[in-house]
Amino acid sequence: MTSRTLWFAAAVCTATAIAPVSTVAAQTIAITGGKVYPVSGPPIENGTVLIKDGKIVAVGANVTVPSDAEKVDASGKWVTPGLVDAETQLGLVEVGFGAGANESRARSEQGITPDFTSWDGLNPRSVLIPPAREDGITSVMSTPGGGLIAGQAAMIDLFGDTRAEMILRAPAAMIASIGDEGGDGAPAKGQQIAKLRELLQDTRYYQKHVAEFDRGQSRQMSTTPASLAALVPVLTGKIPLLINADEASDIQSAIDLAKEFGIKVIIGGGEEAWQLADHLAAARIPVLAGAMSNIPTSFSTLGSRQDNVALLRKAGVEVALIGNGGGDEELFNVRNIRYEAGNAVGYGLSWNDALKAITQAPAEIFGVADRIGTLQAGHEANVVVWDGDPFEFATRAVAVYVHGKKQNDVSRQDLLTKRYETQPPNYEQKP
Amino acid sequence: MRMLALALAITVAGCAKQAPATQAPVPARADTNAAARSDTTPATKPGPGALSVPNADPYPSTYKPFASKPTLIENVTIFTAVGPRIVNGALLMKDNKIAAVGKSADDPAIKQAEGGESPVVIDGQGKFVTPGIIDVHSHLGVYPAPAVESNSDGNELVNPATPYVWAEHSIWPQDPQFPRNLAGGVTTLQVLPGSGNLFGGRSAILKVVPSRTVQGMKFPGAKYGLKMACGENPKRVYGNRGGPQTRMGNMAGYRAEWIKAEAYRRKWDAWLQNRKGEPPPRDLGLETLAEVLRGNILVQMHCYRADEMAQVIDMSHEFGYKVRAFHHGVEAYKIADVLAKEGIGAAVWADWGDFKMEALDAVRANMALLWKAGVKVMIHSDDPSGSQRLNQEVAKAMAAGRAIGLNITEEDAVKWMTINPAWALELDSKIGSIETGKDADVVLWSGDPFSVYTHTEKVWVDGALLYDRSDPQARWRSDFELGFVPLDTTGGTQR
Repeated sequence: MTSRTLWFAAAVCTATAIAPVSTVAAQTIAITGGKVYPVSGPPIENGTVLIKDGKIVAVGANVTVPSDAEKVDASGKWVTPGLVDAETQLGLVEVGFGAGANESRARSEQGITPDFTSWDGLNPRSVLIPPAREDGITSVMSTPGGGLIAGQAAMIDLFGDTRAEMILRAPAAMIASIGDEGGDGAPAKGQQIAKLRELLQDTRYYQKHVAEFDRGQSRQMSTTPASLAALVPVLTGKIPLLINADEASDIQSAIDLAKEFGIKVIIGGGEEAWQLADHLAAARIPVLAGAMSNIPTSFSTLGSRQDNVALLRKAGVEVALIGNGGGDEELFNVRNIRYEAGNAVGYGLSWNDALKAITQAPAEIFGVADRIGTLQAGHEANVVVWDGDPFEFATRAVAVYVHGKKQNDVSRQDLLTKRYETQPPNYEQKP
Repeated sequence: MRMLALALAITVAGCAKQAPATQAPVPARADTNAAARSDTTPATKPGPGALSVPNADPYPSTYKPFASKPTLIENVTIFTAVGPRIVNGALLMKDNKIAAVGKSADDPAIKQAEGGESPVVIDGQGKFVTPGIIDVHSHLGVYPAPAVESNSDGNELVNPATPYVWAEHSIWPQDPQFPRNLAGGVTTLQVLPGSGNLFGGRSAILKVVPSRTVQGMKFPGAKYGLKMACGENPKRVYGNRGGPQTRMGNMAGYRAEWIKAEAYRRKWDAWLQNRKGEPPPRDLGLETLAEVLRGNILVQMHCYRADEMAQVIDMSHEFGYKVRAFHHGVEAYKIADVLAKEGIGAAVWADWGDFKMEALDAVRANMALLWKAGVKVMIHSDDPSGSQRLNQEVAKAMAAGRAIGLNITEEDAVKWMTINPAWALELDSKIGSIETGKDADVVLWSGDPFSVYTHTEKVWVDGALLYDRSDPQARWRSDFELGFVPLDTTGGTQR
């Protein structure tokens, strides 16, 4: 029996002993005795996280635990908010290549599809969700890709059987790319920027003349009314424009665009962002970046280095970590975001900032900080209990709660592993 | 001017053809029969280029170890890769070799090896030493950075069977990925052609060192590998270009070549017996395959699915060769017992999967289950980023094994990135462990190599200190980096 199973057994026994069976008992959970990292405040030794009806109701050292609460003994363990990955394709793509199971790309001649609401193709039963959730990932940005404007992305909780249950915020961002990632046969960067500018100008015009559009009395526009309508929330600052850009000069263009139109911009990828750290800080533009890339893979990433995020933080830029180590990190290895954090610490980011960069920061950047990302009363009870430092390889998530529900995931990989632990396998074996 | 150059080229080529036989990599007995030539003897002796000779080495290594000083690392935890860790131990490197390993600097073996000379002393308090990491699946140099079409030289996608190409003829020594690899503790690489073809070509085994030429990086005396590939890639590339279009087409494609190779081998082996008469025609591709059949080249085969590996194993029996290691092997755990019985190694990732159909059944316990079955298992990267952190990959694989209750020690796991990949290259008598007499390829880590926070601090290749994190100004930068890549003077670890 593994230590994980043992610990669970112990926890269950304790709970049974203290809380006799009752309908209310299942709704109130007290995680006690652990070192609690609320992220919104300093760590709490021997802290308690009290969960009721799917929400966090109290966090602290002196929380009164109701007698009917199910108690989970987390002594010697670490307790954090559920982790957040700010750039994934979870729920949109089932197999990376050659299986047709891909809902992340809209089709258009120009690569401009702002009206693409990617979450309409979201699969709550994706087999890639359990492996991520088993490792403590409880929320992700599920992001479309391709083209100059790929479409709209949703922030989702890895919870539930329906899209309605999963979606925290949709749209949470409009996704664009400039530079080498500008889509198939990307034109000169100047033309890409000009196109973005034209789209935003047209959106501004559209917004002021909707009635004329409806009567068919407007001027020729660069794209469809549906696309312009989809860009209105970007123009009004209701949602951010996430611009994937690596080269410093492209990041500069994104900064300029934000200023010109007064829109909220987020830089994604940002391999050379450290070169503009002060400018990004002054413009209050957050950056999504990784900590494992240091290769001049193209002429747009000549300045790629692993302490990118540390240098950005030092300058006061808000950063959220995303995978950039090159190992299926948008799908199968979304779970590895905690190692990205560990590597970021290895390259100069403070441990607290690294935890923040995979919890509170992405929640803030995508407008869901009132619901996830920290352990605070009133938030969704997305909570993970770890048997050690969550950034270390040897550490495992021993309990994962999403919306207050303990997840007992058995992933496809768990089933395969179990089947082949004995050889030859017994194909008739009951799981 | 142009005419002159052409004339010169012809002259040179002509000279090469008439080069004396003594320059050829041919045993001297080839000439002892010269006096007894029969009427069937050709008018001119066959030049070396005409001969298909076992273990020929026409592009020999010119690698020489870099300058080094005798160096002692003391008070350090040593993972030798062959036994239990030595806590607070000491290690002496001298004359390019590991001269002695002991419990302390005062160990008699170390004192004796010092021979009265004072070595450079490094205090390894709180630090760890491992053998240099070996990555058996790399495309550095053949797919260099920046990844532009002009430098993309890894897949000769003109024919599903290209055993005639040699990776070393594509490798760009100025690939900026090489110095990064060294900084990640990698001291030996197998650079393979890509996996678009059934037979991709010969691999090159390299020391990770700065050099103007590939020859200057080649591991002296290393056997060649032959890259082969199963499954989706050849099917995808050739499906609409004359095939193979299916997995059965893949198998038929391999078998057709092995049949030709066997005939070629017999013909040449017969001729080489007495080297009389006109030699059979030389064929570069069949020569490589014949060398596999003779056991002189090691088969390194890209294969994801268990059922395909089983087919390939039968094929290897059919034609009488051995697969040295299956690479990628995301389903290797399903036939761990078979691989153990066959003595075939498994070079795998820690957790890559799902990126295509044949990678769908990847499990993180793959390495651990293979280890449990007794398979020679090793980490590999196939990736210039992952290759820099193979210690972290092994840490993940070890954790996955422990999570299913397997008692894997760090000593076991160290082998997965050192002595086991050395075995896969048949270099385990020279590298892959910290043992007296072996090449002094050594990594000094800032802490436990399986912690996410640990860095390489120093890397020695044949006893020469070629990477030192504390001295960023002295860091090896490839030609490409000069002027293009901003110099990181902090070493990337300033807090």
